[in-house]
Amino acid sequence: MPNEFLRIEALAKTYPGAGEAVFDGVDFEMRRGEFVCIVGHSGCGKTTILNVLAGLEQASAGHVFMDGREVAGPSLDRGVVFQGHALMPWLSVRRNVAFAVRSRWPAWSAKQVDAHVEQFVRLVGLDHAIDKKPQALSGGMMQRVGIARAFAIQPKMLLLDEPFGALDALTRGTIQDELLRICAQTHQTVFMITHDVDEAILLADRILLMSNGPRARVAEIVVNTMPRDRQRATLHHDPAYYRIRNHLVDFLVSRSKDLSHGRAPAKPVEVSP
Amino acid sequence: MAVSLKLRAALLSALLLAVFVGAWQLATRPVAAAAGPALTPEQIEYQKMLGKDPGAASASTSSGFPTPAQFAATAAGHLARPFYDNGPNDKGIGLQLAYSLGRVGLGFGLAVLVAVPLGFLIGMSPLVHRALDPFIQVLKPISPLAWMPLALYTIKDSSVSGIFVIFICSVWPMLINTAFGVSGVRREWLNVARTLEVKPQRLAFEVILPAAAPTILTGMRISMGIAWLVIVAAEMLVGGTGIGYFVWNEWNNLSLTNVMFAITVIGLVGMGLDQLFARAQKAVTYAE
Repeated sequence: MPNEFLRIEALAKTYPGAGEAVFDGVDFEMRRGEFVCIVGHSGCGKTTILNVLAGLEQASAGHVFMDGREVAGPSLDRGVVFQGHALMPWLSVRRNVAFAVRSRWPAWSAKQVDAHVEQFVRLVGLDHAIDKKPQALSGGMMQRVGIARAFAIQPKMLLLDEPFGALDALTRGTIQDELLRICAQTHQTVFMITHDVDEAILLADRILLMSNGPRARVAEIVVNTMPRDRQRATLHHDPAYYRIRNHLVDFLVSRSKDLSHGRAPAKPVEVSP
Repeated sequence: MAVSLKLRAALLSALLLAVFVGAWQLATRPVAAAAGPALTPEQIEYQKMLGKDPGAASASTSSGFPTPAQFAATAAGHLARPFYDNGPNDKGIGLQLAYSLGRVGLGFGLAVLVAVPLGFLIGMSPLVHRALDPFIQVLKPISPLAWMPLALYTIKDSSVSGIFVIFICSVWPMLINTAFGVSGVRREWLNVARTLEVKPQRLAFEVILPAAAPTILTGMRISMGIAWLVIVAAEMLVGGTGIGYFVWNEWNNLSLTNVMFAITVIGLVGMGLDQLFARAQKAVTYAE
């Protein structure tokens, strides 16, 4: 793949005591600046794959290379937005983000840190709440702080573990727009887990479809054929939208379960519906 | 509802206090001497030779238990001169309290220095936790005063032995709570720190300590409560100085007013210490 940034090779995870692997032979690549969503049923190991990419978990087999280097442990090069916002409740928004910034640039002065923090909190539109504690914020606001924290360390890659799962549809929409805007600005490479087919179509350049576990795999890669400046408001007027959506839903509803137990192809097929 | 709950509670408290003092006054009022057999002139003469005045004695007898008024007079006397020092058996109540608080402070401080780092270690390492658990389980239920003979024999200093007893009784709740708080730090906060490549020292002070602080402070509050209970008993045993010694000394003097005053002071100081830790606890508690 030209301009390859991330390569995952024959990744597998077997939990101790379990007979069969949760997933095995997971193979895919990502380009720099690409937004990739991974979609699949619960239990197929999406979060485990993301944790392996983050370096928080060890795979049982296989390798992950980022930028030509093997991923061996957690690194500031990969920012993570967790499923629960994972903000530290005893710190204000400012200090939560500053915690990350100081980790990235330990030599910076307090003033530099603060300026940087304010810039990224402004980016997610929370400058009015910067000195509030997380418990004073709504779920959507907390998740935005989590995003600001991940972006603030300017990682080479961003990993999002179903960040909007717990949010209501309206809030989710606004934050999706925000995420799109920030990613367009920063040309961030993003790997994101989602359960929401529409979210995947709006955000992703390519969508990885995982078959069901055990021995799940990335069975198919769907290329988003819609232009990159797609808008949430006009998305559903594009005929391509329904073709992609139908393809994804068909896969999830009927085909994914037939491809469990390692019946998915060893190398995922790329389709452009 | 015009009157707030707080005010009504305060009024009720005041009423209860008034009832208590009234009952006390009633129970200790002088009672007319039981009309005993009239004394013969010889007996009266004999009594006078012994230095007693039978005429005065028959007028009224007090129960011996101090009345509220006597108590108030004693309290006023002590509070007027809290820091006088007339030798080993006659020191002001403030001075005695200072001795006790000093011992509690030292013993408790030492316990913090041992329990918090050790609790961290136990909380972080399942191995250390399992290895130390049997010792903690056996040592924890031992009454701190049971250590006193050993402490006196090995340390050979009654005052330091007192400090040791405070140390040993305050160490357990803090140790257990610190370990519990540290092991209970949410996985996701640790993961955040890991993805940010946070160094161990920063992880301990900026993530684990604040996350476990409410639990640790609960342990400290329990420890301080126990320490204040134990210091009185310890000082009764070892003697010399302190509020516990004061109580024992006044009992030997049969001065019940002083004993009662000391009891009241012990209660008030204990409440103050508890309030102090309650404040600190509130300051570090976070809502999730």
